[in-house]
Amino acid sequence: MTTPGQMNMLPTAFADGAVAAGRGTVSDYVALLKPRVMALVIFTALVGLVIAREPMHPWMGFMTLFAIAMGAGASGALNMWFDADIDAVMARTSARPLPRGSILPGEALGFGMTLAVASVLLLGLIANVLSAALLAFTIIFYVVVYTMWLKRSTAQNIVIGGAAGALPPVIACSAATGSLELSSLSLFLIIFLWTPPHFWALALLRTDDYAKAAIPMLPVVAGEDETRRQILIYSVLLVLASFAPLGLGIAGWSYLAAAAVFGTVFLERAVRLYRHREGDPARRAAARLFGYSILYLFAIFAALLVERLLALPRFAGVFA
Amino acid sequence: MRDRDKLTARELTPEEIAVRRRRSIMLAVVLGGLAVLFFITTIVRLGGNVADRTL
Repeated sequence: MTTPGQMNMLPTAFADGAVAAGRGTVSDYVALLKPRVMALVIFTALVGLVIAREPMHPWMGFMTLFAIAMGAGASGALNMWFDADIDAVMARTSARPLPRGSILPGEALGFGMTLAVASVLLLGLIANVLSAALLAFTIIFYVVVYTMWLKRSTAQNIVIGGAAGALPPVIACSAATGSLELSSLSLFLIIFLWTPPHFWALALLRTDDYAKAAIPMLPVVAGEDETRRQILIYSVLLVLASFAPLGLGIAGWSYLAAAAVFGTVFLERAVRLYRHREGDPARRAAARLFGYSILYLFAIFAALLVERLLALPRFAGVFA
Repeated sequence: MRDRDKLTARELTPEEIAVRRRRSIMLAVVLGGLAVLFFITTIVRLGGNVADRTL
């Protein structure tokens, strides 16, 4: 039992040298949740929720997004727990709480597992078993399949692993309808095809970092030229897939305009990256595509959201 | 107690006490927030049925 005199004593180390816990600040724990990734997950899930055939009670919709956000945070924390060794080697990630030593691996694991279990239970209780099962699958896929296996073993890591990041709109839509909707799968396809150009553009800027950490990202394994070629291929597929919501009856003229305009710019940036292969112009092209890819995804999903919120007319779906 | 289970300890610095205090307050806020969220969710789920129960 702790005596009053021991209240302000910090256990620093066990006799065998293991360091004791309890130094993490609130912002360290917030960082474990990967808030920027979480924001994108919430936004895409919100769009999945509003395109659902059956409307959800606003409060239940809010709680659904809360549970999905919690699951995304859990995935981030468990990813940082497992990847602490490679995060410490890479400049981009070396300031994360685990490499800095402010949070211990056991603390991150406990935090992540608690959030993971709580998020799945919560979604199961407020929505349905299907959406809870999809959320559980997403967390397990991201942590076990992507983080523990693919990330360190294949150049296709972010292609296959991207499925986890693409599932939130499907989870949200299934929470509202209780079934898997083709319309939400079209959003899955868009995010799935968006992931490779987005992450490979970043990888082109951080090739040395990834090589130092022995992560087989495409530029490290297949070279920068092959990466540029694959970015271009995925960009074309992405822009084509971005028109799928039009055929499924969930999009109208505003979305068509956004997908066409932002898609054209996306392709222009991908072609520029393909053509500029040396020095500063090459780095600039990669940085511009990376930054633009975030704006692109936000813009076309925002177009879907705005159309729904303003109840704008939609095209009759061919496959709906 | 086994040898490996023995802890070495030192006095917390004022900054460390402040960090621990902030963490404790945030944990209390989060737990309180969750209680409120679950309460509202329960009421929303029950809806009008809450008034129909037999006494």
